[in-house]
Amino acid sequence: MTLPAISVRKLVKRFGQTPVLQDIDLDIPEGKVSCLIGPSGSGKSTLLRCLAFLEEASEGMITVNGEALGFFENARNERERLPAGQIRTVRSQIGMVFQQFNLWPHMTALGNVSEALKTVHKVPKKEAEARAMAQLVKVGLENRAGHYPSQLSGGQQQRVAIARALALSPKIMLFDEPTSALDPELTGEVLTVMRDLAAEGMTMVVVSHEIGFAATIGHQISFLDQGRLILTGAPATVFAKPRHPRLEQFLDTYLDRGASMLA
Amino acid sequence: MSFKLFNLLVQASAWTIGISAISIAIGFLLALVLSAALLSGKALYRRPAEFFISFFRGVPLLVQLLLIYNLLPFIGLNVPSIVAAIIGMSLCTAAYQAENLRGGFESVPRGLVEAADMVGFTPRQVFLRIKVPIALRLTFPALVNEAIMILKSSSLVSVVGIVEITRMAQDLASSTYLPIEIFSSAALIYLVICWSVALAGRFGERALPGGAK
Ligand SMILES: Nc1ncnc2c1ncn2[C@@H]1O[C@H](COP(=O)(O)OP(=O)(O)OP(=O)(O)O)[C@@H](O)[C@H]1O
Ligand SMILES: [Mg+2]
Repeated sequence: MTLPAISVRKLVKRFGQTPVLQDIDLDIPEGKVSCLIGPSGSGKSTLLRCLAFLEEASEGMITVNGEALGFFENARNERERLPAGQIRTVRSQIGMVFQQFNLWPHMTALGNVSEALKTVHKVPKKEAEARAMAQLVKVGLENRAGHYPSQLSGGQQQRVAIARALALSPKIMLFDEPTSALDPELTGEVLTVMRDLAAEGMTMVVVSHEIGFAATIGHQISFLDQGRLILTGAPATVFAKPRHPRLEQFLDTYLDRGASMLA
Repeated sequence: MSFKLFNLLVQASAWTIGISAISIAIGFLLALVLSAALLSGKALYRRPAEFFISFFRGVPLLVQLLLIYNLLPFIGLNVPSIVAAIIGMSLCTAAYQAENLRGGFESVPRGLVEAADMVGFTPRQVFLRIKVPIALRLTFPALVNEAIMILKSSSLVSVVGIVEITRMAQDLASSTYLPIEIFSSAALIYLVICWSVALAGRFGERALPGGAK
């Protein structure tokens, strides 16, 4: 057994008094695609955002390739926050793709992808742009390098966002419903890029309503319901009948398309 | 009314434009600092900024100018009246621009900042590379508006003895007994200046990177 890429232990997340995630224990295997599924409001995005340290867990620990993310347990067994610089270092192993793309509107596609190389990593402009261009080629957008986000379709914007994350050579990529803000005819191009990435052996964590994608590409499926991880396992096991009653209900109620596909 | 009189008014407009432009620029820099203080989340910075803004937004510019004009010599600073005028106008527009900028910074979508956090920006880099350019884009129309307000308000600096358009018009009107022609000409000159600024603003907005073309 190799070390998991991310390991989550006894994670609890509360917003104010309301617990949103409870007792989450999860290992994200390296080089595999892990999918988080579950009903709306079950805490999928919150869990993913905790993995990116965009939300701070209220309790519990997260390690990324063995290094504590955000909090660590000090000599007196207390939970202590890491300094900001160290958090940035651990987080640099992680790339994030958002539902709303979140491209910077004042920069071109090439600018979005090369920006962090230049600003954060002090790569000279020419080299940064060459590396950014290579990423745009990878997502099939080399001829859109000079376009601003407002001049790109949703699918193109999301592919630029993927290229932006990949430009920093992350070890792990997190995706929060990367296709759900897209028109149906544009989801394919984004899923194709994600499939290619998976085939290259990228460690991926994907929150998705595309149950078909999860079932075919995912190596590990985790089903969240009301802030708890109900099931984690290989798709063949998780989706095999008889299913867990909550999962059955979820597939029936929320995902007519996916459910019929798996029926 | 002779061409010579009209020409005197046009020449005086250099003062109107000059004082306004310098005040807008200084006011903008002050406003950046003020809005950063407002959003710092620290009462130590926020409170004085709030006080500054409510003072300069709550007291008429005319009173501010007279106060500064008389206060500076009183505390031993004998500066030319042009300096007093610029100080007064800068402080006043800084208060308004700070409120605009604060609104702009608050409207920067959180996701854009999170995307920058994820690729390793420090808070300072997020501020300079993401928040400032986006907030500027969002507040640009308000900034153009403020520039026009300041151009018109600059007529008030005539009270500290600066011969800009309005003061020149008053002087000429009383010496030539042609008040209607002269004040109409002054109005026309203001109109042309403000209209040009509005037009330049509209072009500028379109030229901003990433704006809707
Ligand atoms: N910033 C926040 N403050 C307070 N409550 C929040 C916040 N973010 C999320 N929540 C709550 O946490 C719960 C889980 O939300 P989350 O966005 O993680 O769900 P989700 O599984 O991603 O849902 P969806 O499929 O609709 O995206 C919801 O009840 C939501 O209202
Ligand atoms: Mg969500």
